[in-house]
Amino acid sequence: MRFLKSNAGGLALVAALIAFPFVLSLLTGEALNTGTPKFWQGMLAQVFILGVYALSYDLLMGVTGVLSFGHAMFFGAGAYTAGILLKYAHWGLLPVIAAVIVVTLVQSLLVGALSLRVKGVYYAMVTLAFAQMFFILAEASDFREYTGAEDGLQGIPVPAWLSPTHERLTFYFVSLAFCVCVYLIVRRIVSSPTGRVLVAIRDNEQRAQTVGFNTFAFKLIAMALSGVLAGLAGMMSALWNLSANAGMLSTGTTINALLMVIIGGAGTLSGSLLGAGFLQLVGYWLNDAFGPRWPLLFGLVYIVIVLFLPYGIIGTWRARRRQG
Amino acid sequence: MQEVVLETRGLVKAFGGFRAVDGVDLRVEQGELRSIIGPNGAGKTTLFNCISATLKPTAGQVIYRGSDITGLPLRRIAHLGIGRAFQITNVFPSLSALENVRLAAQALGGDSFRFWVPATRLHGYIDKAMACLATVGLEGRAAFPAAALSHGDKRKLEIAILLAGDPRLLLLDEPAAGMATEQVPELMKTIAELRRSGERTLLLVEHNVNLVMAISDRITVMHQGRVLAEGTPAEIKASEAVQNAYLGTS
Repeated sequence: MRFLKSNAGGLALVAALIAFPFVLSLLTGEALNTGTPKFWQGMLAQVFILGVYALSYDLLMGVTGVLSFGHAMFFGAGAYTAGILLKYAHWGLLPVIAAVIVVTLVQSLLVGALSLRVKGVYYAMVTLAFAQMFFILAEASDFREYTGAEDGLQGIPVPAWLSPTHERLTFYFVSLAFCVCVYLIVRRIVSSPTGRVLVAIRDNEQRAQTVGFNTFAFKLIAMALSGVLAGLAGMMSALWNLSANAGMLSTGTTINALLMVIIGGAGTLSGSLLGAGFLQLVGYWLNDAFGPRWPLLFGLVYIVIVLFLPYGIIGTWRARRRQG
Repeated sequence: MQEVVLETRGLVKAFGGFRAVDGVDLRVEQGELRSIIGPNGAGKTTLFNCISATLKPTAGQVIYRGSDITGLPLRRIAHLGIGRAFQITNVFPSLSALENVRLAAQALGGDSFRFWVPATRLHGYIDKAMACLATVGLEGRAAFPAAALSHGDKRKLEIAILLAGDPRLLLLDEPAAGMATEQVPELMKTIAELRRSGERTLLLVEHNVNLVMAISDRITVMHQGRVLAEGTPAEIKASEAVQNAYLGTS
């Protein structure tokens, strides 16, 4: 009961998102699996997937205060792991999910153990180097057989019941459920004793050490959680696109995470989801109206947001509400 | 004779050619309230930082209850029962006063790696944190973000954080620094009471001699990186060397 009361807004939003495809179908008079309803299901499914990716970054950057420039490496690793296992090993979906978790867990622990030894800008640079390494691996012609090199890994076979082309509505609901679950999990973790230590590290790492926390271990935990969640988001992205490409591992993908988190409000969690919606939808409309030069305009929008909403949309809103 | 809790042997800290701490031998006994005083630049804070593992001494040893703790990582020091408060206010600014203290209590418990239970459900840490806040008189400010507290209250919060770590040796670096004059006596009284009749040992670094005269058992006077004099407050007051180096001129 208490859960229902304190989460009324979120629950209403989820209910609205569940009703959304049906309402849209009624309004436009088009069948669920055609035209406008189908298009917007796809649009929002991408928002949910991006939202999970942004959430994973917020856990590291917003909650723990660790700025990584290499987050794309986990997103891409999830996408390629899923793609290769589905296409060449013909694994089922559940073992693929398990494999994505294991691969990104090992990857984030290894990268974290090496890069968390340095702090601040140096950490950001080391993670950037690691991400570039994976980017180069994905583009290398030596592994063309598996990765498709610069052409990307095309034609990933997605189980028929989840096909984003034929079963769009199912894919929509699966990605919605995925996003809601990850949000609840991350929120629960942040309010746990472990999560409180992560927040303390963001606030004052030296102080956290002085009261007796091994901050390295906690930052490694944050990186592992964030890496695995980004990997799962990458997997979902590969399922949606039916392909994986080196661009998923590029700096641009990391910058997107940074943009979404900052626009929504770092450390707020729900802000990441809002930021994902913002990036995807505003990006779509700008592209629709101004063509391929839309990032130029998006840059302006971003500058306006950072100037007038310094803590992001949700962050600034919360700060105002606390004052007033 | 009481057990020696803290001892430094020939402690040296050099910054380039400048020896800020130049061969200090210190012995602090169980239950004692020891103050280290000295004029600006005497090396008090550097000595303090070497003892509390914030700085690595160039030479010499720091011994705590018979074991060498020189150069141990910060978090290990906390687990040994040594708590330190900083001269510069050093709290978790965006967290509430209660959460600041609760984290310090949690740090010594075994629950920090549990990520599937809300922290608010572990009442033990919250109760302990509230008790520590009450000790320093901050219970009414528990829900305030630390950044919103007055400077004096932040200094008190600093001590509450320290207490939550169950320290047996407390290191305090100018606890009254920057506080309004009328608040200082109350803080000093709280600090003197922290000893709890010999259970805890306190090492206090202070610039202002008058503040520590009343509450200290023994006072160590530093001058130019060395120990100039040591004794009871009365002895220090009477010492001519101290007056020349410090009391008369500062």
